[in-house]
Parts: sequence; C-alpha cells; structure tokens
Amino acid sequence: MHEIFLDELRKLNTRFMGMGIDVSEAIEEATQAFVEHDKKLAQSLVKDDQKVSRAATKVEKRTLKLMALQQPVASDFRNVISILKATGDLERIGENANSIAWETIRVKGNPRIPEVEAIIKSMAKKVNFMLDQILKAYVQDDEKLAREVAQKDDEVDEEYVKARNLIITGIKQDPEAAVASSSYFMVIRLLERIGDHVVNLAQWVIYKLSGELVDLNTKDTDEMTEL
Amino acid sequence: MQNVNEAPTFIHQFNKDDQIISTQDLSVFYGGTVQKLFNASLQFKKKTITALIGGSGSGKSTFLRCLNRMNDKVARVDGEIWYHDLDINKNNINVYQLRKNIGMVFQKPNPFPKSIRENITYALKANGEKNKQKLDQIVEESLRAAALWDEVKDKLDKSALAMSGGQQQRLCIARALAIKPEIILLDEPASALDPVSTSKLEDTLKQLRTDYTMIMVTHNMQQASRISDYTAFFHLGHVLEYDTTENIFTNPKGEITEDYIRGSFG
Repeated sequence: MHEIFLDELRKLNTRFMGMGIDVSEAIEEATQAFVEHDKKLAQSLVKDDQKVSRAATKVEKRTLKLMALQQPVASDFRNVISILKATGDLERIGENANSIAWETIRVKGNPRIPEVEAIIKSMAKKVNFMLDQILKAYVQDDEKLAREVAQKDDEVDEEYVKARNLIITGIKQDPEAAVASSSYFMVIRLLERIGDHVVNLAQWVIYKLSGELVDLNTKDTDEMTEL
Repeated sequence: MQNVNEAPTFIHQFNKDDQIISTQDLSVFYGGTVQKLFNASLQFKKKTITALIGGSGSGKSTFLRCLNRMNDKVARVDGEIWYHDLDINKNNINVYQLRKNIGMVFQKPNPFPKSIRENITYALKANGEKNKQKLDQIVEESLRAAALWDEVKDKLDKSALAMSGGQQQRLCIARALAIKPEIILLDEPASALDPVSTSKLEDTLKQLRTDYTMIMVTHNMQQASRISDYTAFFHLGHVLEYDTTENIFTNPKGEITEDYIRGSFG
C-alpha cells in the first residue's frame, strides 16, 4: 500500500522537477531576448506560452488524485502539499518569464539605457541562480540551502530599487528614454516578483522538511524605493 | 526499526485544572508475568476527544479498559489512575459507582434485547428511579444527545434489535449518557459500521464534546484525524507519543509514530 504511494510520489517529484527546469530555461531565454533586443527569440518563447501551465495542471491533477485516494499523513502529507503549493509558484514564475518575452516584442523606442539593461541582466542571473539552487535544495532535502536561497532575494530587491532609480535618472536626462523605460519598469518588477516566488518555494521546502510554516518574504520593495 | 525501549517519548502534559483523568506509571500484567502495558503516564483534558491509536497488541485497548476497571478480573494493574482527586486503581473503590461516571461503548453494538425505551431506562430503574415522567424525560434527552431522537421517537417501544447497526451503536451511546457520566470510553465504536453510520456517529461524538470527555480506541487513522483533539500513539505496550491530533498527523516527532501513521510499518 505504502509502496504504491511512494511510487506515485516519485513520479510526481520527477514531473515537478521537470517543470522547474523548463521554468528556469524560460527565465534565462526571456531575459536574454530582452536585453539583446532579440524579438525573434522572444517570439519563439511566447509561441508556446501554455507549456508551463499545462505541466502545472498535470502535476496538480496528480497531486489531488494522490491526496483523495491515498490520504497521506505526516511527511507524506507535507511532501504532497509542498509540491501542490510550489507548483503554483513555479507556474507564476513561468508566466512572469513569458511576460518578459512579450515585453521584448512590445518594447519600442530608442534610446535605451545601457546601465539599466546591465542591471536587468544581473537580476535575471541572480533569480535564475536562486531558482536552480532552490530546486537543488528541494531534491536534496536541504533546509539550510533553502534558507540561504531565500536570503539572496534581498540582493534582488536591492537591485530592483537601484534599477528604478537609474530609470528615473535616465528619463530626467533624456526624456526620449521614457518610452523604453515603461518596459524596463515592467521587466524589473517581473524579475523582482520571480525572486519572491523563489522565496515562496524556499518556504515550501522548509515546510516539507520541518512542518514549520515560515514567512521569509518580509521586505516590501515599494516602501524601499524613494519615489 | 527503532527499538521501542530506546525510542524517545514525546508526551503532552496538561495543567492540573484542565485534567479530568490521568494515569501515572500504569502497567498491566496478564497471568501475573506477561506485561502488556509499560508505565503509561497520560493526562486527559476535560471535554475533548482523545484517540488512542497503535497496532494490534500495542496496549491501547488494555489501557482504555483500565480507566473504568474492566481489567480487574483478567489482569494485574499497577500504578495510579487519578479521576479528579481520587486514585481509582485502589481496592476500596466502588467500581459500579465508578462506571456511572466513566461509561463505556464497545466495538460491536450490544443493545439489550428489549425495547429502545427500556435500553435507556434499564440502569435507571435498577437504581430505583420510578418516576415515569422523569424517565421519559431522560429517554428523550439521551436520545437527542446521541442524535437518534428524530429517527426513533415514534418507535420507542419497538425492539432495539430491529434497528440498524449504526442506530444500535448510537443507542448504546444514549444508554451510556442516561446515567450522566463525565467520561465516555469508546473501544473502536465505528469499526462495525458502514460509512454513512460512521459519519453520523462521528457527528454525534463531536456534538457530545461540549459536555463530555471522550477517550476512543480506533484503528481507523482517518477517523482519529477527523474527530479527535488529541492523539496518543501506543506501540508494543508503550506510549511513545501524545500530542494534538494536528501535530501527530502533520508533523509527528517520533520515528516510529511517523512510520506507523504513514502505513510503512514493518
């Protein structure tokens, strides 16, 4: 009886990890397309924008079935619930990556602000690293790593604030940059949100391992910006 | 698998004022030498439902039966059982009086082969109660409390044996309630019932929680998690873990508890 459950759980974990890897690639490619102004790449990304959402639905269906039929308890219950909740966060991250790809297609206007694009690149690199690390923490049951990853979000938040200020300065210096800036604002916000979702993932790893529900998303980035 | 003698125990404690019954180092020996329960020390909170869970031979039913002295003739029971300020494991205790305060409902419904009404009034009449009006009142009150009144109010003089198994079990609860106990012990009360009757019985128990303290042995994990406030896990005669049901079922502390409730025992 329990073997049947564990077998199902293993399959569920594999699907969940597969989804995580797809989402990680999506962020990388979407931000690459954005900073390199590669509309062609962006178009290929948005073409199949339902991929992550379809995968999420499959994971959710399997999770619900497992809960209804096997009625897991204790660590089994925490395992299944954390997959269900983390899948929601992964799906949001996938949507945000997609929005970045859309923004690449939509963005118009020159001049651009190279300093802002450099920060966007850096933010993307950070959230990508965080996502890869949190997936690693998930697979390896590493609570310490999960907490470290969540802490890294502070750096993303700092860059977000820095980018906002740079965009504003850029517009003041050259009002022509305002057109591209609306896209910058959008993209940095999306990246900052991705960071928050990774923190949520860290919370689910911690819940899975310790049964403790923690809130690690404590900073309000809007309060941090001096506008 | 961890050795039970070396396994750490995690036992929830209550304030003295919250307790209604508690045991201290309760041990049970069958045939003089075979020990089936080892130093069980548990406290039960007033007006809650506590589930006792564990595999066959874990000692949970043996423990339950100690609480109203049902092991007297079959085993030696060492240790203390405090009901309010009285150690009811002492020889000078009137067990018949005790069982008025601590009632019991068994696994298989066991109504008397009499009418529904007589099942409720039997003990009261045996105790000398003759006032018909008062008896009628207690019949109605008990059946209402056991959520059975609406189903049987028009056939109180029909045989209890004509009722369904679920109704018979609720009648046994009503019968136990008639003598106004403080504590109701339940030994797998739903194991012989179908899902609909089980659900009705569970609703009844939940409603009774406002007035009574219930301690229930169950093999049904879902039942324990659905209706109990606290859960004690027994293993090979030892109480290994006792905590809120929520903690036991979402985040148990002991390895053996975790293995048992997840169903990966053995």
